[in-house]
Amino acid sequence: MYVAVKGGEAAIANAHRLLAHERRGDPSVPELGLDQIGEQMSLLVARVMTEGSLYDPGLAALAIKQARGDVVEAVFLLRACRTTLPRFGAAEPIDTGAMRVRRRVSAIFKDLPGGQVLGPTFDYTHRLLDFTLAAGLPPPPPAEAPVETPVETLANGARMPRVASLLGEEGLIESGGTDDPDAPVPDLTREPVSYPADRALRLQALARGDEGFVLALGYSTQRGFGRTHPFAGEIRHGEVALEFTPEELGFPVPLGRVAVTECEMVNQFHGSAERPPQFTRGYGLAFGQSERKAMAMALVDRALRAEELGEETSAPAQDQEFVLSHCDSLQATGFVEHLKLPHHVDFQAELVLLRRLRAEHAARYAAREAATGAASDDAAEPFQEAAE
Amino acid sequence: MNDDLPLLSVEGLTRHYGARLGCADVAFDLYPGEVLAVVGESGSGKSTLLSLLAQELRPDAGRLLYRLRDGTARELGAMGEAERRLLARTEWGFIRQDATQGLRMAVSAGGNVGERLMALGRRHYGEIRGTAAEWLRRVEIDVARIDDTPRAFSGGMRQRLQIARNLVTAPRLVLMDEPTSGLDVSVQARLLDLVRGLVAELGLAVVIVTHDLAVARLLSHRIMVMRRGRVIETGLTDQVLDDPAEPYTQLLVSSVLAA
Amino acid sequence: MSAVSETREQALAGYNFAYLDEQTKRMIRRAILKAVAIPGYQVPFASREMPMPYGWGTGGVQVTAAVLGPDDVLKVIDQGADDTTNAVSIRQFFERTAGVATTTRTAEATVIQTRHRIPEATLRAGQVLVFQVPIPEPLRFLEPRETETRRLHALAEYGLMHVKLYEDIARHGHIATTYAYPVEVSGRYVMDPSPTPKFDNPKMDDCAALQLFGAGRERRIYAVPPHTRVRSLDFADHPFEVQRFDRPCALCGAADSYLDEVVLDDRGRRLFVCSDTDHCATRRAEGHVGPGEEEAAP
Repeated sequence: MYVAVKGGEAAIANAHRLLAHERRGDPSVPELGLDQIGEQMSLLVARVMTEGSLYDPGLAALAIKQARGDVVEAVFLLRACRTTLPRFGAAEPIDTGAMRVRRRVSAIFKDLPGGQVLGPTFDYTHRLLDFTLAAGLPPPPPAEAPVETPVETLANGARMPRVASLLGEEGLIESGGTDDPDAPVPDLTREPVSYPADRALRLQALARGDEGFVLALGYSTQRGFGRTHPFAGEIRHGEVALEFTPEELGFPVPLGRVAVTECEMVNQFHGSAERPPQFTRGYGLAFGQSERKAMAMALVDRALRAEELGEETSAPAQDQEFVLSHCDSLQATGFVEHLKLPHHVDFQAELVLLRRLRAEHAARYAAREAATGAASDDAAEPFQEAAE
Repeated sequence: MNDDLPLLSVEGLTRHYGARLGCADVAFDLYPGEVLAVVGESGSGKSTLLSLLAQELRPDAGRLLYRLRDGTARELGAMGEAERRLLARTEWGFIRQDATQGLRMAVSAGGNVGERLMALGRRHYGEIRGTAAEWLRRVEIDVARIDDTPRAFSGGMRQRLQIARNLVTAPRLVLMDEPTSGLDVSVQARLLDLVRGLVAELGLAVVIVTHDLAVARLLSHRIMVMRRGRVIETGLTDQVLDDPAEPYTQLLVSSVLAA
Repeated sequence: MSAVSETREQALAGYNFAYLDEQTKRMIRRAILKAVAIPGYQVPFASREMPMPYGWGTGGVQVTAAVLGPDDVLKVIDQGADDTTNAVSIRQFFERTAGVATTTRTAEATVIQTRHRIPEATLRAGQVLVFQVPIPEPLRFLEPRETETRRLHALAEYGLMHVKLYEDIARHGHIATTYAYPVEVSGRYVMDPSPTPKFDNPKMDDCAALQLFGAGRERRIYAVPPHTRVRSLDFADHPFEVQRFDRPCALCGAADSYLDEVVLDDRGRRLFVCSDTDHCATRRAEGHVGPGEEEAAP
């Protein structure tokens, strides 16, 4: 006797219990602590904070644990939390020139003021599985800093001038941009995006965008689909102070420090009738140590400026509508995965239509065969066999 | 070179798109210096025919014979790609309806005209530029704009640039696909004048596809009327337009006169 | 040696000489032989995943691994220098996996892997110069599709390349391509010399050493056999020229070498020194002295 399938509250509850059980895994293995995730999976935490657009390492670690390590799911949890948080204002812009630098490299000068600081990087490791890690052996202690060399006082007082400002002195690179620095910054989580979107909005979308997607787009520009002739002018990672100016005080007060990674790409530009030949810039910024993301973002940011700079626009990475409407992993995963939901009503309509079309096709075919059958017996033979 | 022999002979050219007919059983001869207009409504098969002539589509049946400069006639379908492409950039030209398809939009006007010369091995910048400037003058584009890209050009200028780019290597056969459609009437007239002058001066053989009978009358010696993929009437242009035999052609001619 | 580093060394013990297995090396050598037989032609090869990222020189490393023998002396440079991070890393990789002797002296090396430079010293017969190549296709930025560029090579349709150079001259009065400057090899294939400054292009012509090019991510190997004609594309009335510096190396005084610009501070102080560190050191050992740091521009 047939019984129609019902929604199944019990089924859902059971699925959730099973999920929680799977997340925990074998109970004889010690449970993962948020401190362990925060300390030992710091790059994953950085990525989840960046794409979740919420700087909170503790909540990000919780999201990662709850999501069983699935990045997009963790981003989802963090975003869903972020959306409930009250806003009490906008912080002052961070000053990455005053960053406490942990890592700083420039690909365009062999050496430069402040030096090249490799910091903690995979760059020159050989990707050979390290079985000492499996054995749980402790790493050797980090190198001690050499005896403090006197820091040269630089004209602007900063310890590490940004490469763009070094090139800027000769007018070799465009200034920060044409946007008014005092104009209010739009917020794509509070207002719907309309096209064309200005650069601030595009950068916001790219910062929140899926690392894999932004990476692939950035890569496509390097392979000729929207070429931007990039050089990694500078990549710096470290902590910056975050300040907020309460209305009632009228002066900025420190809120704390956040770790960020910044990338400034230096791109070729041949000039136009109005503008002299000059290097242009692509910009990327992400929370924590997220170099891949910051670099890919800077490539795509520059590619999206093609129209502004009067360049030909034909590649996907230059099409802001294409990029902005597909870079968000939550939107993407939602729509892709929603195909799992029941669609049987629509599918039923398609079934009916397909059966009708096939019947009509068969009728037409039979009619044509009947018409030509007299002239060509050979062609008709296989069907006669099939009929027997 | 014997002008009594056809430059291009088309025999039984047929092409289907799946079950749909593109064109069927098209045949004609084109002689050196002759302009043939192919007219018909959209869907008549004239664009399919042009794509087949340009070797952009392969025919299901039929063949194309092209007479080389040494007098031998060669079947284009049997030619190797290298030889066909060499012919395409030396002996043939293709003026497209959409100039952005026929030009390099990111390359200057001079570079657009010079490309064929460079493809043929010319390696003197000053000479290439000189030739390009000369051609810009011939198609009435201000030589001062030689370093501008066609993105900054009007529709009419783009078409004239396309003509210069195609004719710079003195081709023998030029295909034109609705070269004046989408342009203002006054711009159209000027362009047609230019084309007519160049065709006569250079002795080009031309196949021009158009839905505009006025264009056909102005440029062509002979006309071919297509409908539903087939040629339904062919003859001297004046004769066909003044005294159409087929009812469909009569309808076409009268609707033009009415408009 | 501590217990930890001993274990780390043992991690490499299971790998074959020069990391790659012998079958893979044979495959790469076949590709190299084909590349040598058709100078300038890009031979597809089954590039392996390597223990360094694409873009770090996986193509060059595979070619080096395939040609390296136990008696070879290896030199690795990046930007002309032996002491740049990636050069150090790749040199260490082969020290560990092949145990070959390494050197910084150009004259002593039998195999030189390079990124972005050709040494200043003239190379000799018997030496192999291995280039790391990011984008092997010289037509790539004029035509992004591989199907089309392969056809253009097959038919030797290189007009587009000259259109690019024409555009440079029309816009700037001279050719504005400064690195990865395209060359024609042996009168047939147009080839990307890898992103070396065009300063180095003349060194490729009639070179006594074998020049091999490996592109790991794009899975291509190509070659210039010894004493092959390598011509930089140009126009009769705008002949190929290399960039010249208006000052000598601050350290060794060389007036004909490629220089790095070192930024000393944010007040405009700059130092110009040889990018080829071995060339500079050799000259200084021979007693050449440069002018030192020049006064900052007022």
